[in-house]
Amino acid sequence: MIEPVTRAPQRRHAFPPNWWARIGWLVLAAYVAYALGRLDFSWDRFVTGLDNGARFIGRMLPPRIAQPDSLAKGLIESLEIAILASSMGILLSLPIGLFAARNLMPVWATWPARAIIAAARSFHPVIVAIIFVKAVGFGALAGICALVVASIGFIGKLFAEAIEEISLKQVEAVRATGASFMNVILFGVLPQVFGRFIGFATYQLDSNLRNSTMVGIVGAGGIGGTLFSAFQRFDYDFVAAILLSIIAMIMVGEVLATWVRGVFLEKGKVDEE
Amino acid sequence: MSTALSVRGLVKEYVRGKKVLDGITIDFAASGLTAVIGPSGTGKSTLLRCVNRLVEPTAGEIHFGGRDIAPLGGRALREARREIGMVFQEYNLVERLSVMENLLSGRLGYTPAFKAWLRRFPQEDIDRAFALLDQVGLASFANQRADALSGGQRQRVGIARAVMQRPKLLLADEPTSSLDPKTSVEIMGIMRDLGREHGIPVIVNMHDVELAKRFADRILGMSGGRIVYDGPPDGLTDDVLKTIYGGESWLH
Repeated sequence: MIEPVTRAPQRRHAFPPNWWARIGWLVLAAYVAYALGRLDFSWDRFVTGLDNGARFIGRMLPPRIAQPDSLAKGLIESLEIAILASSMGILLSLPIGLFAARNLMPVWATWPARAIIAAARSFHPVIVAIIFVKAVGFGALAGICALVVASIGFIGKLFAEAIEEISLKQVEAVRATGASFMNVILFGVLPQVFGRFIGFATYQLDSNLRNSTMVGIVGAGGIGGTLFSAFQRFDYDFVAAILLSIIAMIMVGEVLATWVRGVFLEKGKVDEE
Repeated sequence: MSTALSVRGLVKEYVRGKKVLDGITIDFAASGLTAVIGPSGTGKSTLLRCVNRLVEPTAGEIHFGGRDIAPLGGRALREARREIGMVFQEYNLVERLSVMENLLSGRLGYTPAFKAWLRRFPQEDIDRAFALLDQVGLASFANQRADALSGGQRQRVGIARAVMQRPKLLLADEPTSSLDPKTSVEIMGIMRDLGREHGIPVIVNMHDVELAKRFADRILGMSGGRIVYDGPPDGLTDDVLKTIYGGESWLH
């Protein structure tokens, strides 16, 4: 039997206050105010900047293709860098990602594979591009190498994580048929991660396209070099033309990536991703 | 009748000193359906998985196909495994592959990786896969993805995949525990019939005692990692069931 409560019930908190979280928010707000003051981020400074920006945009209009040859050459080179780097990066990240998956591989395999992935992810592609320009000289080769490294870091890591999330029951069933290790990978593992892998790969192609327009700034080939020299000559109308063509190229890349996904992943069966 | 599988002094400890299988010694004839019954956690599943070495035995011998397969590794182990078909409780189909690809995965022990990758399976295997699909009533499902199937349909594919191996022994780990009663009876019927047709012994773990009595030629009762009953279905009296499962209130 349930006795009625006679004594005054103690006040209970449905949502107890979290003092540490409150202190955290206060500290963050104080730091933001402090940093704003330090970096001269003020309204006056912003208005001065706007004037400058208006002049800059005025000089960009109308866009003018001053050097059609170097624009075309730069764009084509960027596209080549992106496609080559993506293909090689994807091919290399397949085995590296597989070796890094801790549910299938012994420690002696996952440790070095994870070290490679971590190293590839440590630096921004611009820094990697600078290193490769110093190592192999100016030009597209340095750009390709830099973006291959970026691709390995990104796809390798996500691919390894995708493999670590697969259902081992399916793998066990394939293993029970007496299949070799390679066949277990082909029939038990890859089908489970293929859809996600296509997703990572097309995203990385997209990302490499954008990055391929940037590595040229440090001399690693592509449209970035053309853009940088136009900036240095104050050819802002040509800069505008280059920026517009980069936007066009990225959009084409987006369409291409969507098409690739459509080919590999049948409609309506992309579930869960 | 000759012996297809002979287990000698099989011991399995997942944790040191805790015997899940406590020295199992048993022979299986070259045909007939054997049902293994017993409470959960008594080692039925471990026994089956030790036979095809999905679980490593701690001690003991497993004689199959004229050799002890307990110490085998690498290629020799894979060659032993491909002669043992296995059916799983949760079907364990590769969800993203088609029904046909799942069936053909039963041939992976005989197919080099390069050919498997290109789906270049021998025409003989493909014909056999279609014939088996007809037999289990899934003729029109060959190109469907496995995750589009119902539980009963999946288990039929699971059985067909195991039979694709042309096994000399068929193991089934609670093949009907995830299915409704009617489908369970159908699945057990398919297993018994395929076992008879191909002349191979079938060993089935199950929880449903009535189903076991109905389909099995021989029943093994396990309790605490030991075999406490080995005999015909008729011999499963209330007393025997009490020995296997303990208690008696559940019997009435």
